[in-house]
Amino acid sequence: MSALTNVDLRPALAAPMAAPVAASVRGVTRAFGDRSVLRGLDLDLAPGTFTALLGRSGSGKSTFLRALAGLDTEVGGEIRVPTRRSVVFQDPRLLPWASVLDNVVLGLAGPRRDALAAGRAAIGEVGLAGHEDDWPKTLSGGEAQRAALARALVRQPELLLLDEPFGALDALTRIRMHALVQQLCARHRPAVLLVTHDLDEAVLLADRVLVLTDGRLSLDTAVDVPGPRRRTHEAFARLRSRLLAELGVDEAPTTTPQPTPTPGAAP
Amino acid sequence: MTDLAEPLVEAPVVATAPDRVADAALVLVTLPTGVLPSGSRRRLGVPRGIERLLGVVAFFALWETAARVGWLDPHTLAGPSTVLTVGKDLVVDGTLPHALWASLQRVLWGLGFGIPIGVGLALVAGLTRLGEDLVDNNVQMLRFVPIIALSPLLILWEGVGESTKVTMIAIGVSLTIYMNTHAAIRSIDPGHHELARVVGLGRRQRIGRIVLPGALPGFFVGLRLAVSIAWLLLVFAEQINASTGLGYLISKAQLLSQTDRIVVCIVVYAVLGLASDALVRTLERRVLRWQPGR
Repeated sequence: MSALTNVDLRPALAAPMAAPVAASVRGVTRAFGDRSVLRGLDLDLAPGTFTALLGRSGSGKSTFLRALAGLDTEVGGEIRVPTRRSVVFQDPRLLPWASVLDNVVLGLAGPRRDALAAGRAAIGEVGLAGHEDDWPKTLSGGEAQRAALARALVRQPELLLLDEPFGALDALTRIRMHALVQQLCARHRPAVLLVTHDLDEAVLLADRVLVLTDGRLSLDTAVDVPGPRRRTHEAFARLRSRLLAELGVDEAPTTTPQPTPTPGAAP
Repeated sequence: MTDLAEPLVEAPVVATAPDRVADAALVLVTLPTGVLPSGSRRRLGVPRGIERLLGVVAFFALWETAARVGWLDPHTLAGPSTVLTVGKDLVVDGTLPHALWASLQRVLWGLGFGIPIGVGLALVAGLTRLGEDLVDNNVQMLRFVPIIALSPLLILWEGVGESTKVTMIAIGVSLTIYMNTHAAIRSIDPGHHELARVVGLGRRQRIGRIVLPGALPGFFVGLRLAVSIAWLLLVFAEQINASTGLGYLISKAQLLSQTDRIVVCIVVYAVLGLASDALVRTLERRVLRWQPGR
């Protein structure tokens, strides 16, 4: 605690600058022992924009998100975020001993009656109406993550931090969650930072894509794929290839599958 | 030596294996199917519930026969029917209910003091670094002292009255509760603590919403152990110094070599142990409704 250097988690509402920002990051650094993970990151997030942060595993993207969430006080540099912010983790992190509704309104300020009403509304919005009194352990993975999303939304965040929230879901559930998140963000307009390693997810959902390489933002680009975005769209494929290259992945030279050798066949 | 080594060098198994697999016809084995689940199978042709009782019935029948025929000297061990008659007499003349009440009170007082102390210490040690340093080492040290070995000291301090017995039970109970509750608090998912920070829970809310409910399963494991330990210590405490209670009844019966009375008391202890465990388990089921499979 005493080693922390000018980390500023003050609300950014009193910023006298022209363009409003929902988060402002200056020269953020983080090292674990000798290993430097973040090496001076600068970033501004505009209100209402959806930003995806890509990076290889171990690139420090989750570390960065945790710093923005205020969960890592050992980072160096300056971080300014709004007071109303929410985090959705990869695991739903529901308290198993509290009902879905109690989980959603956990820590919500104000009169209990108002909190419960807001909680019910948020549960309805994520399509979990009727599950208010269920125990979290009885929910499926997708339902639990929806509940976590409701818990984030009920706080009316100005900054919504998503830490690979779809990573543990099966492919079909993930597609439905993408649509839900898209719809909810369009309605509530928080600034969103989505940390993911899924290129398609990033291009599908985000207005802006960042790539974190060696502790710095190596790419910062707007997503100019016309909506509704389809994976088959040419601009989609182009951006996808560019991001793949940035992430240091060579696309497979051939797309035709190799015939599998039949057992016992002559070589 | 060379004879032994040669085949290994000349005919490496790995190199020839693929050819052999390709040449040989593929042999299939038939796996057992259509077997009834093991629980529904009847081994002796009777329902499972009765089958499980058979062993107990056989045991008592053998015991009774041994007593009737005279293989068992009544001074060694009384037979079940004698025990039953004596037990009935002890209930009717009020000896057993009186002893039972005296013992039960000691256990309840012991639990009443021991549980809050155990939980309190576990919270202090589980929630703060300072508490951990101050409390945990001391308790861990005390844990290795057999509590029965403390009885001479307790008798010197408190005499041979009720408080000595209650203190002994309370120490045993609080240590057990502490160990399990402390471990449970320590093993609460760190993700839940992070969540508490993210949603802005204060210290009091964090204890009430996360730490206490999260530690409850561990607490109940401790409680079940603590209840059995309470009975154990009660027997010991009552047999060394008491003028009431089940232990007193046993030691008196021992002096007069009334094995029937001793067996009655042992049976009562067993029933009490089972009953209190069932009570704790019922409570546990109620409180931990949220756990799957309850």
